[in-house]
Formats: sequence, structure tokens, C-alpha cells
Amino acid sequence: MRPDERRLLRHLPGARGHLAGSALAAAAGTALVLLQAELLAGIISGGVVHGDGARAQLVPLLLLAGVLVARAVVVRVRQAASHRAAARLKETLRGEVLAHTQRLGPGRLASRRTGEVVTALGRGADALDPYLTGYLPTLFAAALLPLCVLLRIAFADAASGLTVALTLPLVPLFGVLIGLHTRAAARRQWGLLARLGGHFLDVLTGLPTLRVFGRARAQAEFVAEAADAHRAVTVRVLRTAFLSALVLELVASFSVALVAVPIGIRLLDGSMDLRTGMLVLLLAPEAYLPLRAAGSRFHEAVEGIAVARRLFTLLDEPEPAPVEAPVVPLPSGAPALRLSDVVVRYPGRAVSALAGLDLSVEPGERVALIGPSGAGKSTILAVLLGLVAPSGGTVRIGDTDLAALDLAHWRGRLAWLPQRPHLFDGSVADNIRLGLPDATDEQVRDAASQAGADAFVTALPDGYDARLGDRGADLSGGQRQRLALARVFLRCATTDVGLLLLDEPGAHLDHDTETTMLDALRALMPGRTVLVVTHRPSTLAHVDRTVRIESGRATSGEPAGVPQWA
Amino acid sequence: MGMRTELASPSGAAGAGTPVAQAGAAGAADTGAGFPDGGLRRFLGLLRPAGPRLALAVLASVVAELSALGLMATAAWVLARAAQRPPVEAITLAVVSVRAFALARGGFRYVERLLSHDAALRALADLRVRVFRALAGRTSGGPRGPEALSRLVADAEAVQDLVLRCIVPGAVGLVASLAAVAVAAALLPAAGLVLALGLLLVGAVAPALTAWTTARHARRAAPIRDRLAVQHADLLHGAADLAVSGATDAALAAAGRTAADAARLERRAGALAATWSAVGVAVQGLVTVGVTALALHAASQGRIDRPLVAVLALVALVAFEPVAPLTNAARHAVELREAARRVLATLDLGESEPEPEPESEPERPAGSAVPDGPPPPAIELEGVRVRYAGRPSLALDVSLRLEPGRRTVLVGASGAGKSTLVATLLRLVEPEAGRVLVGGRDLGGYPEAELRRTVGAVTQDAHVFHVTLRENLLLAKPSATEAELREACRAAGLLDWIDTLADGLDTPAGENGARLSGGQRRRLALARVLLADPPVLLLDEPTEGLPADVADALLADALAAAAGRTTLLVTHRLAGLDPADEVIVLDSGRVAERGPHAELSAGSGRYAELVREAGNAEGPSGGTAERAARERPGEPLEARL
Repeated sequence: MRPDERRLLRHLPGARGHLAGSALAAAAGTALVLLQAELLAGIISGGVVHGDGARAQLVPLLLLAGVLVARAVVVRVRQAASHRAAARLKETLRGEVLAHTQRLGPGRLASRRTGEVVTALGRGADALDPYLTGYLPTLFAAALLPLCVLLRIAFADAASGLTVALTLPLVPLFGVLIGLHTRAAARRQWGLLARLGGHFLDVLTGLPTLRVFGRARAQAEFVAEAADAHRAVTVRVLRTAFLSALVLELVASFSVALVAVPIGIRLLDGSMDLRTGMLVLLLAPEAYLPLRAAGSRFHEAVEGIAVARRLFTLLDEPEPAPVEAPVVPLPSGAPALRLSDVVVRYPGRAVSALAGLDLSVEPGERVALIGPSGAGKSTILAVLLGLVAPSGGTVRIGDTDLAALDLAHWRGRLAWLPQRPHLFDGSVADNIRLGLPDATDEQVRDAASQAGADAFVTALPDGYDARLGDRGADLSGGQRQRLALARVFLRCATTDVGLLLLDEPGAHLDHDTETTMLDALRALMPGRTVLVVTHRPSTLAHVDRTVRIESGRATSGEPAGVPQWA
Repeated sequence: MGMRTELASPSGAAGAGTPVAQAGAAGAADTGAGFPDGGLRRFLGLLRPAGPRLALAVLASVVAELSALGLMATAAWVLARAAQRPPVEAITLAVVSVRAFALARGGFRYVERLLSHDAALRALADLRVRVFRALAGRTSGGPRGPEALSRLVADAEAVQDLVLRCIVPGAVGLVASLAAVAVAAALLPAAGLVLALGLLLVGAVAPALTAWTTARHARRAAPIRDRLAVQHADLLHGAADLAVSGATDAALAAAGRTAADAARLERRAGALAATWSAVGVAVQGLVTVGVTALALHAASQGRIDRPLVAVLALVALVAFEPVAPLTNAARHAVELREAARRVLATLDLGESEPEPEPESEPERPAGSAVPDGPPPPAIELEGVRVRYAGRPSLALDVSLRLEPGRRTVLVGASGAGKSTLVATLLRLVEPEAGRVLVGGRDLGGYPEAELRRTVGAVTQDAHVFHVTLRENLLLAKPSATEAELREACRAAGLLDWIDTLADGLDTPAGENGARLSGGQRRRLALARVLLADPPVLLLDEPTEGLPADVADALLADALAAAAGRTTLLVTHRLAGLDPADEVIVLDSGRVAERGPHAELSAGSGRYAELVREAGNAEGPSGGTAERAARERPGEPLEARL
């Protein structure tokens, strides 16, 4: 068993018990196979040699029936147990990976393709089933049955035993060859499939563009090419993979012939009795069967192991060390923010997102962050939100180091308007009360009104019960932003929010909507520290000070043009 | 978090593996009904191109199965006959047969595997293209990205599984069983009868029961698996929102509960599947015992030769091998049924669309800022009304004329109908009344290729493909020369940056153009449309989401490049519009105001008000050209938060 497989089993609760049960089932199965051959050989020999009728062989026949029913019972128990284990393993693994992604934080998450993770957790995890329900049980049978059968054959007839003993090792030998082949092939194929899938998603996302240029048809040909290339590669891999399987099959069936023919000769000259001969003939295929089965089951399980490896890669990403800090209660009210020499570097990026940033914001001060995209403005917010841990410098909230703060407590004290708010699967009301499940319907409605969302929400077919998210109502960019704003309002209304972090409020909105939104936001500003990222000149009218961020540094601080509401 | 958890529409997330897993992913929830009439036949019809290979695969497999049967039966006969101590010649032929069967079994199995996989993959490749064509043929709507992806990868793969796991084993099981029964009946009719009964039970009844239970569990599991997929996506895409709102644990717990529900159903389905397997094993055993007893009885009465007892017992034992996979085949068939249904539904989407005519290359030399081709046409909208399905109000209700070669700016609040107007001119939206004339000809009468040649656009969803910059550009004009490419890039203000790249135009754009900054992506889209060199140019918010300085520079370049074309520029930005010939203010789908920028902004209307507000706020910002230069080439975008 390979390290990945061993690790996979570690994620299975009660793995030890399951493995012991599988071993026991394999042992029982082996005993029953031996008994069955013994009985059947006896019955046949009685009929052929002594002319026994069914009545003369009644007891062996009944015993044989009993053995066969017992085999069925073993099958039932073993299969049900492996299905149980597979369901349990997937449940555990899904939970662990999801929890890990959340601990990794969205900053790290964004660096990989979340779509891939969703696929790996869904369809990917289901690929683990063949491993647990098919491969693993056969593995035990493969370890036990051939050896026992070989011993029994050798005990009955040394010459046949020798034949089986010499040919049997060829099966695992070719099995390993197949295994290596299919392993490599599966890895290639998964990559190719993912690439083809990625290509297809790309092409589908770009369909409107393709249509505008009248190129959709040409792309269809490209899809055809990609699919055909995929087929050609697969068949090429299979040709060799199946070639090993061919040798394997030939060994298994030809060794039956190798055993049977000499036995026939010896039966002719009377140096062996039919009962022994039949026993060997009946047992010989059983010696190869589980090994071949394990080979092909492994073939089916490879994809699952590949998926497991991908999930493990994700699990292996180091989590930020949990902060075991005592909850330092922050004084209520607007906090001061002191960022000094803060460095943030995203993995895989050559340039630091923040390169020694210094920024100081007084309690109740309203500061706008401006600057070109990619300069690090959103990263500053991410640092303050605790979504990204700086690799250098200090971030202090008032007098307390952010790293020593209990994040949940800190996040409870701020409200964030993200640039691209995520709408979750669920109702409008549930989306607004995200993280505040106890907010009343009235509070939700109030927050929506203040955010200018009430009008379009009540116009939705189900109003506040209308379903949102991927499979829900289609909202415009402005409507999504206003729902996110309603979240901010609700948070400010129900909890002690001292800091507002606004990432491009009004972006993607037309001028009027933007104005309405900024007016609404302005109502929230008094008594709170405000940090707003913006590209929009109109937003700058509402701040005390503008800080230009470039290349991860604050380059200049300018007082705002006209502090209209000061 | 308290999200509602009612039934969801079918998910695209697909599963494989346990009955519940795969069939559960299928969207059984929305119909409850199985296949549309003739659906399975239609789906099988998709396999027709692979038909001959498939028939050969079945034939090879039957030969392999019968060789396995022949191997054991003749070997048993050799032993039993030899035990009667006949002369050696009596068994010579049988000994040769044993070896021949042993060889044939392996050889034909190999042939069968290759043929069936090749056939399946051909069918798969064919179906992928069909599905893409169907989706590509739609002018609007359609499944969203991830769903379409899963449809292609998972549902289309159903065809492959259908071939390998259902059709071939089913056909082989039937033919091989008939042969085994025929052999047994020829030797001893009663044994043939018992064997036939057993094969029927294991090869038909057990699969039918399996299919039934699988379908039942799929129906129950579908909503759960769908919910699970949605919750996973929410946790991953909305991680930041959840974390900051302190809702992560609640969301994880909700996903955990759903996963537990799914696991519970899978366990139940697994237990039933195990039961049917066990019943199969028991029947097989009892039939072997029965046939052996019958053979013993017949032999003791002298009705058959004694060695045939061994042959019949072994035939009974081995005959079940080809039907054993049929239980799984039935399960897969049920699982695939839903996938097949969705594939057919997708293909139906495409069937209503006329086959687009072949795309031909524009004959004119292209890439220059000023088109050398036919003079730009006028655009007239006569009483054009557009209404979106299910919306009470009109999205657009306009009559207007855009003069040839003039650059018109379209402004208005979101939802005012600006994008609808663009979509109408691109014939992506069908007006319910009125007509659109381009160059005096009804837009509806334009052949697709000519329309695309005439009306070019940078839409809001202009996509940068995950290929090189060059390939992204060539989309607009596959035959473009290097000089044309460079000229288009120059006109779009992209050339200087491209020349700093080590690979120049052959630099990959990254997924969704991730290696480009926002401004560079827009400029690439602009360069692309300039390469196509259309006499009519539609620019739908080309500067949206860009920093003010970058936007100003881009707008100036776009307006300059649009000179000489009939141009419609949709924008929120009111700075830098001086080169435009006219401004149209759209409000609630109607034209509220129109006139030259200078005239309107000097007046007292809605536009003048907007311009003044924007102008006041612009105050502190510096020179736009200098700012634009700050947008560094190739600078990675910060993590999306």
C-alpha cells in the first residue's frame, strides 16, 4: 500500500476496524472457496467414477448449497461494510478539506482555482468509492486466496502445485506493470481532461465574444480537435495498458490448460484419482482470479487515489498559526489604525503586494486610498480584515497588535463592503443577515431601506424570501452592491462597529446609483473610523484625507479638496 | 447562517461511483419523470457513428466469454473421460481444444477492450462537439460556465460509460447466456431449463431490481447533492465574506449536515446494492447445485455419459460470469439516464437555431485606424421596443438615427437600456416591435457573417481567452498579417507594452486574461475589434472598473481609433468626450436628451448637470497621460478579495 493510500485510510474513522473486518471477510471467503471446490470435486467424482445418483450424493449436495449461500452472506456483509466506509470517508474528507480552506483564508484560496476545488470535493471525492468498495476488498482476497489455494493444490498434487507456483508470480508482475502504466496514464488523462475542461469553460465563457466576431463555429472545430486528440492519446495509452492485461489473461487461462492436460494424462494411466484431479482443476482458476481482479479494480481506483492526492496537496498547505491570544477587549468606539512597514507577499508573485507600507489613521478619521489598480489598496483592507497575514511590519489597532487580537472579536467590531460581494445560496433576508442570524425581519428591512435595496427587493417575485446565489435571482451589479451595503447597515445597527472598510463603493454603478449609495454610506460615517478604497473622484468629497498607494507603499497624503460635511 | 435549504434545481456537479453518488448528481428533482419518449433511443442514436466498431467489440467479447466457458468445460471433460481410462486418442482432440480456448480467451478479450474503448471515445468526442455546437448556436441565455463545463465533461462522458458499462456487457451477457443455455440443454434439457432460469434471475431480474432501487435513491439524493455543491461553492467563493461576518463556522456546519445526509443515503443505497449482489451469488450457487444434481440423476439412469456430469457442473458454474456485470450495468444505465436526458435537452437548445452559414474572411485590408472599405453606414432605429421576458416594463423604446461615420456617446443610469441598445444592434436581442436599419437594410435580413463583419463591438463581457495575445487577436481575423496585428495593437495603445514582453504577441494571456491588468484587457479587446475593422463600432463601457487616469487614456485612444466609423460609445465617464460628435442621454429606455457634447454641457439639462458634478470632483487628479504610464505592464493583479 502506497503512502497516499495509507494516508487516505487515516482519514477514515474506524479504519482499523474496517480493515480487520475486510481481512476477516477475505478469510471466510477463502475457506468457503476451498470447501466448495472440495465438495464439488467429490460429487463429480462420485458421479463419474461410481455412477452415484443425486440421492447418493445428497449430503454433499446440501453441504455445497450451504457453502454457496454462506458465500452470498459474506458478499452481503463485506459490500455493505465497504459502502458504509466509503460514505464515511467522503464525509470526513469533505469536512476536513472545507474547514482547511476556510482556515487557509481567502487570500490563499484566490491563488488557486476555486472551481477545481469544488470539482475535486464533489465529483472528485466520489471517485474514491471504487477504491474502498472495489479495490481494497479485493486486495485482501488477493493477499490470502492465491496462497491458500496454492497450498491446497500442492498438497493434492505436487506437480500441479509447481505449475501454479511458477506462473502465479507472473500475475502480480504484470499487475505492477499495468499499475504503473495506468497510474501514469490516469495522471496524464486527468491533466488532459482538466485542460480540456478548462479550455471548454474558457470557450463557453467567451461565447458572447465569439458570437460577436462570428467565430463560434470555428471554435466548435477546435473543440472537435481537442476531443479527438484526447481520444487518440487515451487509445494509445490503452493499447499498451491492455497489452499487459493480455499477457496477464493468457497466463491465467493458459496455466489452467497447463495444469489440466498433465492431470488428464495421469488419470489415463491411473496414477491419480478423479477427485484430486477435479479439485485441482476447480481451484486453479481461483488462484489467479483475485489477483486479476485486484489489477482491474486498481485501474478503477486510480482516479480516486489521484483525487485524494490533490486533496492532500490542499490539506498540506500550511495554515496560518492559530492565535491563542487572550481576548483583549477593544475599547468601544472608533479605533486608531497604525500600520508600519507592513510587507505582504502573495505566494507565487514576484512583487510584494505591500512593500513596507506606513499608514496611520486617527480614530474617527476618514481616509481614502487611491492609486492604480494592483498598487495594494485592497491588500491593505485584507490585512486589516485579518484575511492576509503580513510577513513583516506591525499592524496595531489602537494600542493592540492585530496579530494578538482574537480575530472573531476584531471582525465583530468592523463592517466591510467588499468590491465583489458574494451572494450566498439562500433568501435575500438570509443574505443580508449574514453572520447575524438573530437579526429580526424588521432590522433586515430597515437595513435594506437605508441601503436603497428595499425597492428592488420588494419588486422581486418572493420579496425578501427570493432565492439568491448561483441558482437564484439574477441581480445587477448595483443591486448586489446594495445588498452588501444592507449587510453593512445591519451590522452597524446591531453591533458595536467602530471601523468601516469600504472597497470601491459605487464601482460598477452609474452616477445616480453611486450618489445614492454614497449618501447612504455617509450616514454611517460619524463616530467611526473609515478607510475607503476608491477610483472615483466623487467619493473623495466625503473624506478627510487622501492617501495615494503605489507599488505597495503610501506615496503621499493629501488633505481632501473640500470637506463638505466636516 | 440560516440559509434556506429547500429543493434546488438540478446541479451540474456530477458524481461517479456509488449509485447515489452519480445518479444523485443527476437532476432528478425537477421532473421526477424519467426519459422523454424515445429519449433513450435518441441517445443510442448518438452512438451510430461508432456502430460498426461496437458490433465488432461485442462479437469479440462473446467469443472471449465462450472461450472461457469452453476452456473449463472441455478441461472438465478431459479429466472425467480420462478417469474412465480410454485409449489416449479419445481425449487428444479435447486436449488441443483446451489449449485453443485458453489462447482465444486472452486474445479476443484484448481485441474487445480496444475496440470498445475506441468506439466509446469516438462517440464521446462526437458528442462533445454536438453539445458545444448546441450551446454556441444560442444567441442568449444558456447555462452558466461551471454548469456547462460539468455538462460537457460529466454528462458527455456518460456516453462513454454507456458503451463500456452498459451496451457491451448487456449484449455480451445476452448472447453468451443463450449459448451456454443451448450447450446445457443440448446435453440435458432439464439442466438447460434450470440454467436458463438462474441466468434470467441473475441477468435480468437482479439488474431490474437494482435499476429500480438506484432510481429511487437518485431521486432522494439529487436535492441533497445539489445543496452540497452549492454550499461548497459558497464556502469557497464567499470565504472572505463569511470570515469577516463571522459566519464561517455556521456555513461549515451547514455543509457538514448536508454531507452527513448524503452519506446516510449512500449507506442505505450501498446496503441494498450489496443485497442484490448477494442474491446473485446465492442464485448462481443454487443453480450449480441443481444442475449438478440433475446431471447426477441423469447419469445414474444412463441418460447421459458420466463425464458429462463434470461438464454440466462446470458449465453451470462458469455460465454466470458474463451476466455478473449486468447488475452494475443496470445501475449505471439508471445513473446515465439523467445525464443523457440533460445532454438531449442541451442538444435541443441548439436545434431551434438555424445552422450559421460558413464564416468568410473580410476581403478588405484591415487594421488601420480609418477603414479603407465601403463607407460607414447610417444606423436607424424605427420605433424599436425591447422587452425582457417576465418584465412588465419596456427595456428599450427608441427611434433614432446615427449618422454615418459619426461618433455618438450614449450615457444614462444603469438599467436605462444602454446595453440593451447595444445588444439589439448586435442582433443578440430581438425587438418586439420596430426595426433596425443598418445602411438602409433591415438588420434582420443581414446574413450572419455579413452582420458580424459590419458591426463590431467591445461588449462588457468581452472575454480574453486563455491563449496567447496573438491568438486572442486572430479571433477577429484569422488571416491577419503581423503588420496588421501590430497596427491594431498600436491603435489600441497596447503596442508599447507588448514590445516590452519577452514573448511579445506570443505571451499567454492567462486564465480570463489574468496576466493582463484591467486596462490591458480592455485594450486587447479594443485591438481585437479594430483588427476586424468593422464600419460600425459599438463600445459598451470600455472603461468600466478602471482607475480614472487609465480610463481617460483608454477613452481617448478608443475615440481616436473609432474615427471614420459609425460609432456608439456607452460610458459612465463624462470626461474626455470632446472628440465625440454627439451625446445621447438615455433614461428608462427612452432618449431623454441628445446633441453635441459642447452644446449639451453648456445647457441646463440633465447632461450638463452630470458633467458639472463630474468636473468638480475631478479636481485634485493630475495629468492623465502620466498616470496611465503608471499602470505597469504585466503587473500581477492583487488577490481578488
